[in-house]
Amino acid sequence: MRAFGYDIDELVISHVLLALVPVLVGLVVAVPLGWWAHRSPGARRVLVPLSGALYTIPSLALIVFIPILVGTPILSPLNVGLTLVIYTVALLVRSVAEALDAVPVTVTTAAVAVGYRPTGLFLGVQLPLAVPVLTAGIRVASVSAFSLVTVGALVGVQSLGTLMTDGFQQAYPAMVAAGIIGSIVLAFVFDALWLALGRALTPWVRARTGV
Amino acid sequence: MLGRLLEWFSAPAQWSGPNAIPTRVLEHLGYTVLAVVIAAVIALPLGALIGHTRRGELAVVGVANGLRALPELGVLVLFVLLLGLGLLPPTLALVLLAIPPMLAGAYSGVAGADPGAVDAARGMGMRESQILLQVEVPSAVPLVLGGVRFATLQVIATATIAAYVGLGGLGRYILDGFSVRDYPQVLGGAVVVAVLSIVVELVLQGLGRLVTPGPDRARLRRTPHTVTTREVSP
Repeated sequence: MRAFGYDIDELVISHVLLALVPVLVGLVVAVPLGWWAHRSPGARRVLVPLSGALYTIPSLALIVFIPILVGTPILSPLNVGLTLVIYTVALLVRSVAEALDAVPVTVTTAAVAVGYRPTGLFLGVQLPLAVPVLTAGIRVASVSAFSLVTVGALVGVQSLGTLMTDGFQQAYPAMVAAGIIGSIVLAFVFDALWLALGRALTPWVRARTGV
Repeated sequence: MLGRLLEWFSAPAQWSGPNAIPTRVLEHLGYTVLAVVIAAVIALPLGALIGHTRRGELAVVGVANGLRALPELGVLVLFVLLLGLGLLPPTLALVLLAIPPMLAGAYSGVAGADPGAVDAARGMGMRESQILLQVEVPSAVPLVLGGVRFATLQVIATATIAAYVGLGGLGRYILDGFSVRDYPQVLGGAVVVAVLSIVVELVLQGLGRLVTPGPDRARLRRTPHTVTTREVSP
C-alpha cells in the first residue's frame, strides 16, 4: 500500500518489528532478573531502584546514550530497539519479583513435597501462577513501546513516526494524523493479542470465575 | 568521547547566553510545571468526583488506557500544524498527555477509600462534599501523588521531544546537536535531561512522604506505634 508517497507496508513492518522484538527480548531478560530479585533481598535492593531510575530517563536521551554505551552506529535502529528493551526490563523486573512473592508458600511447599526440583518448581509452578501479573506488565510495556517507536523518527529510524516528522516538514496534517492513527491501531491490536495469550495460558482463572 | 563531553560541559557557551544550561533547565522546568498544573486542575477534581459518585467509571478507564497509546511525537506535531507555532500548541499537547495518569490516580484513590470509613462518615451525618474532602481525598493522597509523579516524568520526557516543534528546553541540545552532527552536544543535553528527570523524581518522592497523611505514612515507615497496635489487636 502506498500513501503520501510512502510505502506504508514497509513503515508498518518496521514499526511492528521495532516495538515487538524489544518487548519479547525484555521479557526474556526480565524473568530471570525478577526471579533473582525474588530470591535475594540484596539483588532486589539494587535491581528495583536501578529499574526505577532507568525508567525515569526520557526516551530521546536514552536513544542517544545507547551508541556510546554499546558502540552501535548513531543512526542505527538498534538504538531505538535497545532503549525499548531497557524500558521493558525496567518495568517488568519489579512485577516479576512481586508476582513470584505473591505465590502462596503453601503452594511452593506442596510442589517441593511432591518432588519438584528448583528449576521445575520455577517453570512449572511459580511462573505459570505469575502469568496474570506478567501479562498486565507486558501490556503496559507493549502499548508504550508502540508509541515510543515513533520518537525514533527524530533520529532517522523508520516507523509510522516517519509520517509524523515528514508530515511536519511538509505541513501536511492528514499525513501526521495517519501516522498517529496507525500507531494507535497497532498498539491496540498487539494489546489484544497479549491479553488473549495471557488468557490462553491461564485456563484455570476463567474456570474459577466461571466466565 | 568522554573528554569531548567534558569539554562541551566546560565551554563558556554552556554557562552564559540564551543557550546556557541553567537557562535551558529553567525553560524545561517552566513548560513542565505549566502543563502539569493545568492538567492537574482539570484531572484531579474530575477524577475525585468520578471516584466519589462512581459515575463514568468505564469512561475514565477507557480514556486513561486509550490516551496511553497516543504517540507523543504525533500529538505534538499535529497540535502545532493545526494551531500554529508558539508556546500554546505544544503546551496543550503536554497537558493532554499529563491528564490520564492524574485522572486515573485521583479516581482510583478516591474510589479505593475504605468503604467502612465512608459509611461511618455518612452515618455521622457528614454531607457528601465533607465525605469527599475529609475522608476520601486524604486517603487518596498516595495514589494521587503517584499519578502526579508519573505525569510529571512523562511531561519532562515529552517536552524534550517538543524541541522538534520549536520549543526551547533541553531537547534543543539533542536535536540541534544531531542536525549538525555535534555529538558531544547531543550527549551533553541527554545527560542534563536524564539528571533533571531523576532529581525531579527524587524531589517528588520526598514531597510525597512529607504530605502523606499520618496513618499512611506510618504504614510506610513501620513506626513503633503500628507495631504496638498490631501486637494488641487479636
